[in-house]
Amino acid sequence: MGRVMQIAAFSLAEVSYAVGGDIGYQVQESAKQARFRVRAKQENVSGVFLPQFESYTQDGVNDFALTGLGKGGQQIQRCRETYARAVETLVELASLQTAFLILDEVIKVVNRRVNAIEHVIIPRTENTIKYINSELDELDREEFYRLKKVSGKKQRDTAAADAEILAARKKAEAEEAAQAASGIVAEEPKAAEPEAADILGEQEDNDVIF
Amino acid sequence: MASAATYKDRQLLAVIGDEDSVTGLLLAGIGHVTEGADAQRNFLVVDSKTETSQIEQAFQNFTQERKDIAVLLINQHIAERIRHSVDSFADPFPAVLEIPSKDHPYDPEKDSVLKRVRRLFGE
Repeated sequence: MGRVMQIAAFSLAEVSYAVGGDIGYQVQESAKQARFRVRAKQENVSGVFLPQFESYTQDGVNDFALTGLGKGGQQIQRCRETYARAVETLVELASLQTAFLILDEVIKVVNRRVNAIEHVIIPRTENTIKYINSELDELDREEFYRLKKVSGKKQRDTAAADAEILAARKKAEAEEAAQAASGIVAEEPKAAEPEAADILGEQEDNDVIF
Repeated sequence: MASAATYKDRQLLAVIGDEDSVTGLLLAGIGHVTEGADAQRNFLVVDSKTETSQIEQAFQNFTQERKDIAVLLINQHIAERIRHSVDSFADPFPAVLEIPSKDHPYDPEKDSVLKRVRRLFGE
């Protein structure tokens, strides 16, 4: 920017030398309609609307047709071109500067939001997560304890059932043994009786009728 | 955030500067005088006799009241005189751009935007 403006200022000095006087008043009085205008465009950069100035010249508007008519017209023409270029640079710079200002603003907003999330929302969520975890752990422990209890109860039950069965079996065995003992005792006099009778020949067999 | 209506009709450039800067920029064709009874110029020539209050008023006029100005160019040594207003003006529209003048070289230390840049990077 500095260099462009320097060149432009130098060309203006050339003009004042060539014209041989001050053309400032003449220029200021004859300025009526802006020939050099800018158009604002919007550019969307990741959700942020950045304006962009675009310079254009309106044709058909020439306020300075008579400036430099006497002398120095060529210099004035050159000076106008130089200054037009300088203003183009300035417009470009201005659009960058505006983009910077808007981005600066956006950065501030985003920083605020990041801080809020970092220092308020994240701890709050972490607390919630901790609470839920502790609750779940407690449930887990309860469940584990209950399972243990249930399996213990089952074991006790099966042990009791086994003992019962065993007892029943023992009882049955004992009974059987008792029966057997009494049977032997009772059988001995019984067995003595058929020994006396002859099974094979003495008694006639009954006829077998089919 | 700037909505579409605030800048779509901003087409002009304005300038506050010393005579040479204004003359040159007017030669480039940025000069505009509104039609009607209260003809307003979009440029202000500042010399050693111009009161600071007058500059201030023109700055307020260009930045606050007029809605057709997209870029305000102001000589840096004049911006120095109304530094407080320039620094406190933070809106994106119109863009205030400090330009060097023939007699006063450009000093990046004083530019309000570059100051913000430095503050942003924490220097």
